Amino acid sequence: MPKLRAMSLWEYANPRKFMATSAALLPWVIALSAICLGTGLIWGFFFTPDERLQGASVKIFYIHVPTAMMAINAWAMMLVTSLIWLIRRHHVSALAAKAAAPVGLVFTAIALITGALWGQPTWGTWWEWDPRLTSFLILFLFYLGYIALWEAVENPDSAADLTSVLCLVGSVFAIVSRYALLFWNQGLHQGWSISATDGEAPVADVYWYPAMISIAGFVLLFVALVLFRTRTEIRARRLKALITRERMA
Amino acid sequence: MKGLLIRDLSLAVRAGGGFGLGLAFFLIVTILMPFGIGPNTSTLTIVAPGILWIGALLACLLSLDRMFALDWEDGSLELLATSPLPLEAVAGVKALAHWLTTGLPLVAAAPVLGIVLNLPPQGFFWLIASLAIGTPALSAIGTFGAALTVGLKRGGLLLSLLVLPLYVPTLLFGAEVARRGVEGSDAATPLVLLAGLTLAASAAMPFAAAAALRVNLR
Repeated sequence: MPKLRAMSLWEYANPRKFMATSAALLPWVIALSAICLGTGLIWGFFFTPDERLQGASVKIFYIHVPTAMMAINAWAMMLVTSLIWLIRRHHVSALAAKAAAPVGLVFTAIALITGALWGQPTWGTWWEWDPRLTSFLILFLFYLGYIALWEAVENPDSAADLTSVLCLVGSVFAIVSRYALLFWNQGLHQGWSISATDGEAPVADVYWYPAMISIAGFVLLFVALVLFRTRTEIRARRLKALITRERMA
Repeated sequence: MKGLLIRDLSLAVRAGGGFGLGLAFFLIVTILMPFGIGPNTSTLTIVAPGILWIGALLACLLSLDRMFALDWEDGSLELLATSPLPLEAVAGVKALAHWLTTGLPLVAAAPVLGIVLNLPPQGFFWLIASLAIGTPALSAIGTFGAALTVGLKRGGLLLSLLVLPLYVPTLLFGAEVARRGVEGSDAATPLVLLAGLTLAASAAMPFAAAAALRVNLR
């Protein structure tokens, strides 16, 4: 079944194939991300009414919520790519995990900073030892440790192995910490604001549509950045191989 | 297995093994705290459980990078890896030896430091219980961190960056037990959770540590 095989995801484990496809895909992803971010943020910032209680400060919602979502999803993506590397030894997968980490780190930092800026006028405090806030701070530390380990190990395959194991163990501990923190302190942060399982939507439609568009924009931005950085990593790896070959000759 | 444990223990206890080092560090950190906080005894009572737990955690961290580093340098880690003993068991024994030489003395020293920090009498039992049950988790998690960074040149600093976020749940439950013990409220629930954490960490972490060691020995 040649046709079915051509559609397999594992085709992209081949760096050459990955480079070709990502090169074709990247401009589209960047353009779509720019359109979504532009529409969502401009709509959200200028064409929605001020919230009854929070005033204009509610508009930081359009950055805070998407970056916070992506901060967690970036780690989840690193977990999946780490598993693929450990099980199937596809180099592109390991490099994608490496490429996603700094992006996740920056998203975590943005979520923390926008949260502080939003918390100041609405809660009256920049920082509170609330379970959600604290677990984001811990997630930030996990990203730092993960990136530092990549930097410290010289052999690229060992580095990929060690960081993958760290990512797996870290994921377990991150989840345990999340629930341990709930035990430790009751929160000030509101609950999950996107799902509406209990019938009444927690976010009104006026804010909902631009929020959805900016979330899509941030997801696309993440994809674009990870593709871009993975391409850089692959090129760096090729360059290194070429230099080594030059020296040997 | 027993032989390895006895070897590790005797290496740690003999001169240059750094046996008392963690304990001395714990003492100094705890004694320095009142200088930073102020000698007010009622303030010290509030912060005492937290200080003792943080001190124990840092003291554990201090001796972690020696766990595999010396065996790595003189090649005995390779011998252990090729021996019939599985690497998981080696990691488990190393964690046990680390706990016996670092965690256990801390548990023994904690009551004395509790007096220094004006810990109320009802808090002692819970403090010692939480340290006795919680510190094995610190050793087990630390073994994984030490296995990840073995053979790295600047491993020590990286080790703390990697291990400290993993210590969050243990510290949280441990200090919660001690704090509730001081307040006189129900401390059994966090103690049970802490025990669960220790059991899970001692069961699972040797496997992760062995996986990291295999990569580093390749």
